[in-house]
Amino acid sequence: MRQLPSPSRNPYWRFLVAGFRGQSAYPLATLAGLVANATFGLLKGGIMGAAVESSGGELAGYSAATMAAFVWLGQGMLGSVNFWGGSDLQTRIKSGDVAVDFLRPVSVQAANVLTDVGKGLFALLPRGLPSVVIGVLVSSMALPPDAAAYGLGLLSLLIGITVSHATVYAVATSGFWLVETRGISVLYMAVSGFFAGLFTPIYLFPDWLLTLALLTPFPSMMQFPIDVISGQVTGAGAAQHLGVQLVWLAVVLAVGHLTTRAGRRRLEVQGG
Amino acid sequence: MNVIKAEGLTRVFTGRPDRKNRLRRSRHVAVDHLDLSVEAGESVGYIGANGAGKSTTIKMLVGILVPTSGAVTTVGLHPLKQRRALARRIGVVFGQRSQLWWDLPVRESFSILSAIHGLSAADERTRTAELVDMLEMGEFLATPVRQLSLGQRMRAEVTAALLHRPELLILDEPTIGLDVLSKQRLREFLVTQRREHGTTLLLTTHDMGDVERLCDRILVVDHGRLAFDGTLDGLARTVGARRELVVDLATATGDLVDLDGAEHVRSESDGLRQRLAFDPQRTTAARVLAAVSERAEVLDLSITEPDIEDVVREIYRATRR
Repeated sequence: MRQLPSPSRNPYWRFLVAGFRGQSAYPLATLAGLVANATFGLLKGGIMGAAVESSGGELAGYSAATMAAFVWLGQGMLGSVNFWGGSDLQTRIKSGDVAVDFLRPVSVQAANVLTDVGKGLFALLPRGLPSVVIGVLVSSMALPPDAAAYGLGLLSLLIGITVSHATVYAVATSGFWLVETRGISVLYMAVSGFFAGLFTPIYLFPDWLLTLALLTPFPSMMQFPIDVISGQVTGAGAAQHLGVQLVWLAVVLAVGHLTTRAGRRRLEVQGG
Repeated sequence: MNVIKAEGLTRVFTGRPDRKNRLRRSRHVAVDHLDLSVEAGESVGYIGANGAGKSTTIKMLVGILVPTSGAVTTVGLHPLKQRRALARRIGVVFGQRSQLWWDLPVRESFSILSAIHGLSAADERTRTAELVDMLEMGEFLATPVRQLSLGQRMRAEVTAALLHRPELLILDEPTIGLDVLSKQRLREFLVTQRREHGTTLLLTTHDMGDVERLCDRILVVDHGRLAFDGTLDGLARTVGARRELVVDLATATGDLVDLDGAEHVRSESDGLRQRLAFDPQRTTAARVLAAVSERAEVLDLSITEPDIEDVVREIYRATRR
């Protein structure tokens, strides 16, 4: 049998691992993130729970248990997806360090996105899992109904994290033209979380707003993975969610690829 | 073979539109119709004042800046169109930027870079061991990059650029901020690398010592044009790259004029300290010192090398005339 090449020889695998391991260097920041997650989770859980109760135990398809799952799964994902819009690439373009990225014989886009995905995956351990545990302890949170929900859910979560970082990457490439992109990050922060289902499930939106949200990649980053993991959406519905996520992944990767190619010609590396 | 070939290489930076006249933009010609060729195995010092166009040239050579006009090939490749192929064959160290992973141990950065350059596991081991040994990095291989001293980090940066045995090594201010010992160690290493692997070197620097010890050809750039292209000897002949011997004497002594091979520059503290200039191509510090000792007792001495800024200024003066 032909021996498979070791993943350690694959540079893209190494970027993923480097992101994962690099993030583990900051345990205090991670702990602070968890505390913030948990605090806001309690707040959000209280508000959303009251909303379900006041509408007679059911709201837009959510019961008290599935709403608690929505809240705590979302809190658990916060360390792994990027709703603040800033990124390493953004700072590296501004400082000119991005020159180093272009001097490596690899895809700059893949290197950056995989490093960020690696960081996001690491955050699932110290921030994601504890958030879910807290959720189970303090609420009647619904858990995935069967093994299929776990499997599909994890897959959807992985795609969601990747869509998020690939989108932020594409946004950061605007720096090739603008250099200073903090304004764009602020806009991204305002829009992405709202449409991703960070504050309320997007299904509570009025129809026109829901339609608008579904025309963006943002629900693929958080709302859809939560739907699949919590078992709120199963079977064909779950498959459809994953399909939509994959389409968005392809779209944002393609955009990032094109902007990198065009932006490289615009790049004026600052400083010596 | 030409490792670097540039013809009419030009880069113009345009500023933002003028406030009063939207059609007018500021223009700055950073590199101006530069012709340049570097042969395999050469060691070239690329020097010039700040803003003369050194870094801009290098950025175009390695494909991170698009030329406004002109053509350039590096190791026979088009830097923009063949970015990845080029990256496999050159190594670049920017003294002010890092190619290492800040939060990871030094060893891990080397390992990731080996994978990026497609080295086999065995090759990675031998090459890393070789470089670690030569640059004496064993003691900090397990240290995260962010905790390294500048001298340690620069050694790691140079290693990172050399893991894949590039044909051409470009160093942009490699010794900036390093202490004397670290500078010397790095220079010795680069000389050895060149001798053993035939690596072509192109370096920009503000340090005359780098140029004297590493380069056999010197290019001086001024306003984006070449003002000098020749050997160190030629440069010394053009501008007289003289050294200064500073001697502290036991007793107040009259000006030490008419010394063989040295010229009296000035005296301080009633002749207790005197400055003598000499040309290292014609005599040595020892001979000058011997001549001084015949006339007075020397308590202490130091030798100052010419600043690269002075050399560059002299070249500029000579060529702008």
